[in-house]
Amino acid sequence: MSGVVVVAESRRGELREVSLELISAASAVAQEMGEPLSVAVIGSDCAKFSGALAADGVSEVLTVQAPGDGFEADLWAAAVEGLIDAESPSLVMLGHTIDSMGFAPAVAARRGLGFASDVVAVGWSDGLRVRRGAYGDKLIAELEFPGKTCSIVTVRPGIFPPATAGAGSAQARSVQVPMEGVARTAHVSYEEAASGGVDITKAEFLLSIGRGIEDKDNVPRFEELAAKLGATLSSSRPLVDAGWMPSARQVGQSGKTVKPRVYLALGISGAVQHLAGMRNADTIIAVNRDPEAPIFNVAHYGAVADLFEIADELDAFA
Amino acid sequence: MRIVVAVKQVAALDEEFELLVDGRSVDPDYLEWDLNEWDTFSLEAALQLRDALDGDGHEVVAVTIGEEEAQEGLLACLAKGADRAVRVWDESLRDSDVLAVARVLAAVIERESPDLVLCGVQSSDAVNGATGVALSGFLGLAHVAVVKHIELDGTTVTVQRELEGGLVEILTLPLPALLTIQTGINEPRYATLRAIKQAREKPLESLSLGELGLDHGAVAAAAGSRVVSIAHPERGEGAQMLEGAPAEVAARIVEIVRDRMTG
Repeated sequence: MSGVVVVAESRRGELREVSLELISAASAVAQEMGEPLSVAVIGSDCAKFSGALAADGVSEVLTVQAPGDGFEADLWAAAVEGLIDAESPSLVMLGHTIDSMGFAPAVAARRGLGFASDVVAVGWSDGLRVRRGAYGDKLIAELEFPGKTCSIVTVRPGIFPPATAGAGSAQARSVQVPMEGVARTAHVSYEEAASGGVDITKAEFLLSIGRGIEDKDNVPRFEELAAKLGATLSSSRPLVDAGWMPSARQVGQSGKTVKPRVYLALGISGAVQHLAGMRNADTIIAVNRDPEAPIFNVAHYGAVADLFEIADELDAFA
Repeated sequence: MRIVVAVKQVAALDEEFELLVDGRSVDPDYLEWDLNEWDTFSLEAALQLRDALDGDGHEVVAVTIGEEEAQEGLLACLAKGADRAVRVWDESLRDSDVLAVARVLAAVIERESPDLVLCGVQSSDAVNGATGVALSGFLGLAHVAVVKHIELDGTTVTVQRELEGGLVEILTLPLPALLTIQTGINEPRYATLRAIKQAREKPLESLSLGELGLDHGAVAAAAGSRVVSIAHPERGEGAQMLEGAPAEVAARIVEIVRDRMTG
């Protein structure tokens, strides 16, 4: 068993950024292990990404042909199991993305592999060590994989700097994996979310509200406050789930990724999926009653306070 | 039709909490327990699917792995309308990782021969986002993760899979199947006081590992990782905290916003 295999990701013909982030995370750990790093790409159009994936630190790009237009959980599982059989890697790294969440745990379960998801740090000292959040990211846990000769980890997107696409000299090699009759789900179509006439990704100042506003009846008061402050109103997921806010105003992994000059978060605790959508704002100000709220880990300014009291005072200033 | 819903009683940290001396877990005295938010949506989805079916004999079974406090979560499921519930516990499961839990769930769900298995996308405490799909691996079931809409038509399910950035994929799969359910798919019901009382009359089975044909060794072999230590995160640069009365904090916020917006 040796080597690190990164599984790249694409969607609708485009390479996803997380692929290059994985390469930078993996090339560091491959060096610590003293083992080679290869990057695998799966799909009917896999060959077209092999140039971009030949980044610095990559020794080989492995292409696995799969039928169909895009991701299918059983095909991807078969491909990764085929890669494990063919290459015997000690570590397989994927993004902690919707696609990978859809098959990687099944592969680990079936094959009895080491497994950890949503990992934020990967290292090697006498064996694989990773770090991931615990108790909703309020604590951080370090994990080991005793007795495992091969482990799969899914890495949190947006944590590692992306490697430069195509900066290395790796050659591509095709790995054959039988795929006939493997797929059990059938793709019908893709649908885009309705935009609702507002584009929060263009706003320079977002006032973003979360569960802390407590009640649907409180939404209008924050609409007014946003208007007074010259901000655009956005929100975290729970308010959209509850039908209090339209999905076009949702910030986060499943909503919009925003990068305003100022992101003022009121009553948002900062779940991983939310942080993924706003952590790159120029200035983040967070008001939350819970001093342990994870949003304070990414905020530049924070206040442990009652958001209604702060909102009243902001109203007076505006 | 039988729909099994795998649920979890999750732990939230009190504002103040302490770690145990082993450095690997939080002192349970500082934990508050509740049914995982995602599981309230998967249970509701199961109840709605059951209630839309013609004829009798359709049932929703809630299953969980957990000690005494998990009983409350199952009672909540029964009060909301699950027909029966099963809880599995053994002391050796205390530090189980996601694959070990999925292995035990697989054993209890196999006994039920379900047509459909629903799980939450993730739990709010461990946030692995992996239990359901690992379970599909052990059970050999067709599966889709992160589902925000379900339509059942005979032995075929059509689902919407929620992708990043607001994109949705529509796909179909045959029963039996396993789906992991995203929040917002429905509006979870509340139980009436009467239903809460009646829940105690519904069948709630407690099983040991042995009764599932498992032992500690089999579960340990399935485990994918072990926690070495648990600690407060390094705060990095961390937020600069604004102190003082609400008026002072608001004044500082306005000042920062003005500075950044004009800078």
